[in-house]
Amino acid sequence: MIELEDVSHSYGGAELLSGISLRLQPGSFHFLTGPSGAGKTTLLKLCYAELRPTRGRVRLFGAELGGMDRDAVARTRRRIGVVHQDCQFLDHLPLTDNVSLPLLAAGRDMAAAAANLRELLAWVGLQAHTDALPPQLSGGERQRAALARALIMDPDVILADEPTGNVDWEMSLRILQLLVELNRMGKAILVATHDLNLIRAAKAQLSARVLRIKGRQVQLAGADL
Amino acid sequence: MRRLPDLAAALAGDARADRVVPPSGFTAHLTQFTAAAMAFLAVFALALSLAAGRLADHWDEAMARTATVRLSAPEGQMAAQTEAVLEVLRTTPGIASARTIPDEEQRALLAPWFGPDLPVDTLPLPRLIEITETAAGMDADALRFRLAGEAPGAVLDDHTRWRRPLIEAAGRLRLLGWLSIGLIGAAMAAMIALSAHAALAANARVIEVLRLVGARDAFIARAFVRRFTRRALEGAAAGTALGMLALALLPRADAAAGVLAGLGFRGADWLVPLLLPPIAAAVALVATRVTAMRVLKGIT
Repeated sequence: MIELEDVSHSYGGAELLSGISLRLQPGSFHFLTGPSGAGKTTLLKLCYAELRPTRGRVRLFGAELGGMDRDAVARTRRRIGVVHQDCQFLDHLPLTDNVSLPLLAAGRDMAAAAANLRELLAWVGLQAHTDALPPQLSGGERQRAALARALIMDPDVILADEPTGNVDWEMSLRILQLLVELNRMGKAILVATHDLNLIRAAKAQLSARVLRIKGRQVQLAGADL
Repeated sequence: MRRLPDLAAALAGDARADRVVPPSGFTAHLTQFTAAAMAFLAVFALALSLAAGRLADHWDEAMARTATVRLSAPEGQMAAQTEAVLEVLRTTPGIASARTIPDEEQRALLAPWFGPDLPVDTLPLPRLIEITETAAGMDADALRFRLAGEAPGAVLDDHTRWRRPLIEAAGRLRLLGWLSIGLIGAAMAAMIALSAHAALAANARVIEVLRLVGARDAFIARAFVRRFTRRALEGAAAGTALGMLALALLPRADAAAGVLAGLGFRGADWLVPLLLPPIAAAVALVATRVTAMRVLKGIT
């Protein structure tokens, strides 16, 4: 679904990622790990076309990113659920409006999706906070709200950037549990994290591949974890 | 015409889509005020243009087809020279009719200046002969030449000498009025583009979030376009209403009395300023949309 072929990316001449090839297949579960500043977020951004590669090719759902205009990129993003590191909410809108924002942006029938939205908020355990503004939510609640927003369009792929970065261990496990359930429903998942305990916890439940960014390259990490 | 559905959609609005951009507080009123001030000025520029046009038409019609021959001659020769002038006029192409103005009428013309008691009979008044031209018009220079030969005391006054600059001035005034309206529209477009630019910059984070969740540029631009179009429409409607009210309350005067006294609308003219609010809304729509699309291109 998402394919990177010999992709490089550099910021202002300094190459951060070099010659990376990656394929996300339906139903797969990947972790992306590596030290801070190694390029985890950059790699994720390449996957949902917030960044374009300086070299190499990116294919999203069979279409070349190079041939996509802005509207095509927007339409493609509706098929990729992204949980951003800092959540990226509209702080002046209540939780329900933030979670259903992708529906509004896509011009979907909001009334028809209302039941779906309630169900989703209950699933992430936020049914009691529907009218809260994002700044009123705790870190864990925000992360789960971000996950709910990523799922509202029923995407085939979910990309999560440090989804457990700001929450305690118990909440981390709860978020992981949600991701595992989604994977069992057939979604491809890519989680960037530097939390090795989280990876170990996941591996106990499913077969996840672990990719490690090292020396500007992506390597498949072995069983040493 | 392609813009019309856009304009309708912009005014109809979509409350949910509008809310994605946070309310902007007092700057909203600045846009409304600008639109109101511009519409108010445009009403006067419009009134000036229309009044100048009316004045030019008035002068043109009233004086275009007439001329006067003034005949001064010694007492004994007056009758003979009058006859000679009339004979010349009869045989000049382009003249529909010629009429010697009778003494009583001449007295009536002079009464406002000298009073009714003036012994006009004793004064050596020139004889006036009024000419009405045909639609084709006459050759004034040729006529002057013939009159000089037949009746040396006759002077042709065909009004063009002082009519032309007046009509030119009125025409220029009308042009200035339209130019002012154009400048007012352009200034409003510039000011709305500036405030739209500021609003887009202030909401850069909101725009970024919208892009991330898959919003197309058109969707984001619409949220801003609707907002500014509505403000411009509201402001311009208020400004136009005030401008029209101010004109309606101006003391009445005859249109011929002068441009200033004739400033205002007549009859169906009153419908013309009603076009200003929709035009202002259209200007705001285009200005905001162009600005938004340009700014959005810089965001991934």
